[in-house]
Amino acid sequence: MSDQSSVNRSRRSLVIASACAGGAAAVATTVPFAASMLPSERAEALGAPVEADIGQLNPGEKMTVEWRGQPVWILHRTKEMLEEIKQTDGKVADPNSERKKAELTPVYARNEYRSIKPEYLVVVGICSHLGCSPQDRLKAGPEAFESQWTGGFYCPCHGSLFDLAGRVYKNKPAPDNLKVPPYTYLSDTRILIGEDKNA
Amino acid sequence: MAAAEKQAVTGAGPFNGLLTWIDQRFPLMETWRTHLSEYYAPKNFNFWYYFGSLALFVLVIQIATGIFLTMNYKPDAAQAFASVEYIMREVPWGWWIRYMHSTGASFFFICVYLHMFRAMLYGSYRKPRELLWIFGMLIFLCLMAEAFFGYLLPWGQMSYWGAQVIVNLFDAIPVIGPDVAIWIRGDFVVSDVTLNRFFAYHVIAVPLALLALVVAHLLALHEVGSSNPDGVEIKNVKDPKTGRPLDGIPFHPYYTVKDTFGVVVFLIVFSIVVFFAPEAGGYFLEHNNFIPADPLKTPAHIAPVWYFTPYYSILRATTDEFVLWVLAPGVVAFALLLIWSLKKIATRIAVGVIAIVLLAGLLNLDAKVWGVVLMGTSVMIFFFLPWLDRSPVRSIRYKGPITKTALTLFVIVFFVLGYLGTESVTEGRTLAAQIGTASYFLFFFLMPWYSRMDKCLPEPERVTSK
Repeated sequence: MSDQSSVNRSRRSLVIASACAGGAAAVATTVPFAASMLPSERAEALGAPVEADIGQLNPGEKMTVEWRGQPVWILHRTKEMLEEIKQTDGKVADPNSERKKAELTPVYARNEYRSIKPEYLVVVGICSHLGCSPQDRLKAGPEAFESQWTGGFYCPCHGSLFDLAGRVYKNKPAPDNLKVPPYTYLSDTRILIGEDKNA
Repeated sequence: MAAAEKQAVTGAGPFNGLLTWIDQRFPLMETWRTHLSEYYAPKNFNFWYYFGSLALFVLVIQIATGIFLTMNYKPDAAQAFASVEYIMREVPWGWWIRYMHSTGASFFFICVYLHMFRAMLYGSYRKPRELLWIFGMLIFLCLMAEAFFGYLLPWGQMSYWGAQVIVNLFDAIPVIGPDVAIWIRGDFVVSDVTLNRFFAYHVIAVPLALLALVVAHLLALHEVGSSNPDGVEIKNVKDPKTGRPLDGIPFHPYYTVKDTFGVVVFLIVFSIVVFFAPEAGGYFLEHNNFIPADPLKTPAHIAPVWYFTPYYSILRATTDEFVLWVLAPGVVAFALLLIWSLKKIATRIAVGVIAIVLLAGLLNLDAKVWGVVLMGTSVMIFFFLPWLDRSPVRSIRYKGPITKTALTLFVIVFFVLGYLGTESVTEGRTLAAQIGTASYFLFFFLMPWYSRMDKCLPEPERVTSK
């Protein structure tokens, strides 16, 4: 294309070198912009633990508390409900909470009922698929989505099902069980959500 | 060009002097001629050719109404919902401006979908118009982003949970996904921070990109010239004296007048919706979005706005069983078909390796990941149409029965998937969506073969018009 003899080699090298330096500087400039989109100090500070009083929660009832902007469910399970959990062992994808256990299931909840005390289920009510909040379908009985329903939760967004221990049914869009948050009993009727004894 | 060399403008009556003054300092007349008075478009444009100019018209409506909405809207989680109601109830004519904007969003997609369908009917994306098509697809992607970001702003239940679901799609990316989702939201959940940045995207970032792409789309169109319902190049037959295409007519005044007529008809339909059915039965404005966002409670039934539902259906259809019994065998079959058709050993091996990697991924990663991948692919696949279509002719008028059937089935599948995406999940509907998803992808992935083996009619030398 151009006449080779007229090219000043050293000048061309300088042009290439300064273009590279300028390009690197331009790329580096994007870092502060990208970083400005990360959660701010204030957003991070809002993750403080919350306390819940379960003294008024009768068997079969569920309450919701807000923790880090997410719904945390506390379900007081009846004896029948605990029996129903045993029946779903074969239907759920991960009955023993073995997937991503560090993230989803603290040590003290790695049991069939996924809780410290069998009667009280404490889970983050956010579907592991795309983050909708599933609905209560606590009563056993035939449902449109499952003819032999034994009680649990139904996600309206994409049809994922969870049993009364927050374990996900097989062959549903959601891959994982509902997350059990870190929590601890301050007394028999008060739960601290967001912090456990190990922390 | 030096000012003195340009000829004075004539024919503009009292404005000749002014226009000459401008033209000597700015390429006014040259631009006018290149893009309007001497841009030759085929004389046989039909009904389908209205939607490009109509899409441009809707863009103008959206920008104009958008500017006035920002004068009263507050991008703040505590005030957003109330400020939209304030616009609706207290700002003079606020309801009209807002309904124009919300109805405009749906009509934008109607126009763009019909515009894209026109390109599929008449092979408008074929060589040398590949880049024109790619710019168009980029506009479509920007439009989807614009619609998505804008939908969060009213801060209703559907706004909130829609954003929650879509941002969580990124969460499915292995390893980096969760951090990417946090980066997009700027918080651990969709919050005030998210609303604020989506507002910035919706009113500044995406519209700027959209406008730049529209300019690129038009420049590319005027470089290669418009195609037409016969799919033959009008540039091939020119008047030997003038060098103008015999089947071309100047865009102005012929098509400016035609498109103005289109705008009038469009405005009649548009106004009927704006004034009498702005919610369009829950399809344009969803009922649940009249409830303020509640991060603790997902509405009983959530669905995206109609223009996203076909892709949403594909996302929902991808279950473990679908991956195992349809996707995995599909990848194997397609790889074998490719290996059988390709000649070079190196490309055959490459196809085999890619297929094995895909297969390993399909059997090991969650169905959730593949749902997101399929949804993304269902949109991105359109980019490849210029290379997937191997038919010897461009237009459907001369294509054979296989292509005609395939395109008809594709349109039906697109509507069925769109319908299913608005409905709640049952076993029967999931099965229907899975059949639809498989058909949707077969239309594209088998196109290189069926478009080539189809019995086509010979293309005419020149355009036909009745």
